[in-house]
Amino acid sequence: MTQVAKESAGVVVERLRAWNPNAVSQVIEYRGQTTIVVPRQFLRAVALECKTNPSLQFNMLSDATCVDRFPVEPRFELNYQLVSIARVQRISLRTSVSGQEPVVDSLMPVWKGANWLEREIFDLFGVRFDGHTDLRRILLPDEFEGAPLRRDFPVEGKR
Amino acid sequence: MTTVETAIGTAKTMVLNMGPQHPSTHGVLRVLLELDGENIVSAVPDIGYLHTGIEKSCEDKTYSQAITLTDRMDYLNPLGNNLVYCLAVEKLLGLEVPKRAQYIRVMMVELQRISSHLVWLGTHALDMGAMSVMLYCFREREEILKIFERFAGQRMMTSYIRIGGVAVDPPAGWREMVKRFVDMMPARIDEYEQLLTGNQIWMGRLKGVGYLSPEELIDLSTTGPGLRAAGIPYDNRKLFPYSSYEEFDFDVPMRTESDCFARYLVRVAEIRESVKIVRQAMDKITDDGPIKADAPGIIPPQREKMKTEMEALIYHFKIFTEGFSPPAGEAFVTVESPRGELGCFIASDGSPKPLRVHFRGPSFVNLQALPFMVDGELIADSVACIGTIDIVLGEVDR
Repeated sequence: MTQVAKESAGVVVERLRAWNPNAVSQVIEYRGQTTIVVPRQFLRAVALECKTNPSLQFNMLSDATCVDRFPVEPRFELNYQLVSIARVQRISLRTSVSGQEPVVDSLMPVWKGANWLEREIFDLFGVRFDGHTDLRRILLPDEFEGAPLRRDFPVEGKR
Repeated sequence: MTTVETAIGTAKTMVLNMGPQHPSTHGVLRVLLELDGENIVSAVPDIGYLHTGIEKSCEDKTYSQAITLTDRMDYLNPLGNNLVYCLAVEKLLGLEVPKRAQYIRVMMVELQRISSHLVWLGTHALDMGAMSVMLYCFREREEILKIFERFAGQRMMTSYIRIGGVAVDPPAGWREMVKRFVDMMPARIDEYEQLLTGNQIWMGRLKGVGYLSPEELIDLSTTGPGLRAAGIPYDNRKLFPYSSYEEFDFDVPMRTESDCFARYLVRVAEIRESVKIVRQAMDKITDDGPIKADAPGIIPPQREKMKTEMEALIYHFKIFTEGFSPPAGEAFVTVESPRGELGCFIASDGSPKPLRVHFRGPSFVNLQALPFMVDGELIADSVACIGTIDIVLGEVDR
C-alpha cells in the first residue's frame, strides 16, 4: 500500500482561499480536527472544488449531519465530513442554516452518496435540500409530524 | 416509508414487495422490486422499521450513560460501537488512554470482527442454500461469545469499553482461553473454504453478480469489504490509525473483481488477518498495568479508594449524579467496523449532556448502493447482493 505523507489541513484552507477568497469564512481547529466554515451560498461550489481540484481530491463524502443550536440563530449547523483516499486526509465543511428558512443546496450533484445522508437530515431535522432528486422521509413514516431531532422536540415524544 | 402505490411501475412491469419480514433481508429491510419478468428494473429500499431514536436518547443522557445505547445499534459489533463512541468522547476531553487498555480494546474488537464475519458467512451461505456452513460458523462464534462473557459478564451487549479505558481487568485464565481460540481458528477457516471457495454452486451464485466500479462505490460513499473488493485499499486501521493500530503488523485483503464472490474472499481473508492481530495483541497485553486513564472527575474511582479517601467519594458522587462536562466543540472519529467506516460525531456545548450525538453507520450508507448493484440482475441475485453488502438493520435504522 502506498502511504502518502500527510499534508496539514492548513494547505487545504490555503488552496480554497486561493480559488475563491470569499469561500472560507472561518477555520476552526479543535483537537487536531480542522473544520472549514463556508457561507451557505458557496457550499456546493466549495464541495465541488474539494472533489475536483487535483491537489485536493476529496473524492468521498463520509458523513453529513446536522446540529440544532436552538434557540441560537441561525440554529442549524450542517457538518460534512470529507475524505481524500489518495491523499489520506480528512476535512470537515460546515455551514449554518436559519430556522425560518431551513434550505441548503444539496450535495447530491457532487457525491451520489449524499442522497441518504441528506434524506436522514431532512427526515429528522426538517432541513430541506435544494436540488435533491428524491427528498422523502427515510426512517420515519410519511405521516409523522415534526422533526424529532430538533432540540424543541421533547425526548419522550409529543403526546 | 414507501407505499407500494407510490413506487414506480408501468403496465409492462410488476412491483414485488420483498420484506420486511423475509429471512434473506437480514432483519426488517423492505425492498420494492420493479420486475420485467425475472429481471430487476429498479429497486427501492425502504428502511426505518427498527428506528429507535438512539441519537435522540443520547442527548438526554450523560456521556457515560449513553455507552449502553451504542451496544444496541450494530448488534453484531457492540464492542466496535462502544469503541467509536468512547474515542469520540475521549477526543472531546483530550484524554489519553493507557497502552494496556488500548491493546485490550484492539484484541476485543478484532475478536468481534471475527464473530461478525462468522455470522455474515453463516447467514449468507444459508441464503445461498448451503446450510451446513452456518452450523460450523455459529459453533466458532459461540467460543468468542464465551470469551466475551468471561471478560464483560455479557455475551452480546457487553458495554466493556468505557470512556478512558475498559470496564474491568481481563479475567483469570483469559490468555489460555483466547490462545485456544486463535490456535483453533485457522484450521476452521480452511474448513469453511473447503466447503465454499471451490464449490461450483457457490461460485455460480456469486461470481459476476452485483458488480459496481470502484469509482461508483466511492461516489456512493461505500466503505469496508465492499470497497476493498473493488481494489481500493481503504481501511481506517491503516490510513487513520486509532487505538495503537499502527503498532500491529497485518495486511489489508483486497480483490479487484468487485463482485459478490470477491466480497466473500475479502471477508474470509480478513478473519485470518484478525487472528494475526489478536495474537499480537495478546503478546502486548502485560499482566499488570492500568486499564483506565488517570482522570479524576471523569473516570469513576476504585472501590477501595472510596472507603478511605474523601475526594474519591466526592468524585464518585459527582460522576454518577451530574456527569462530567467536556469543553464545547465537535469531534468526529472513525473506526473500521466489520462493515466499513463507523463514525461518531459528538457536539458538546460544555454541559454534562451531549448537544448532539450522530453515528455514521456503515450499514446505512452502504445500503445506498443496493439499487445500483441489482440493476438489471435477476431476483435471486438481489438476495446475494443484500447479503454481501452485509447490513445490520439495528445500525441502518438506529
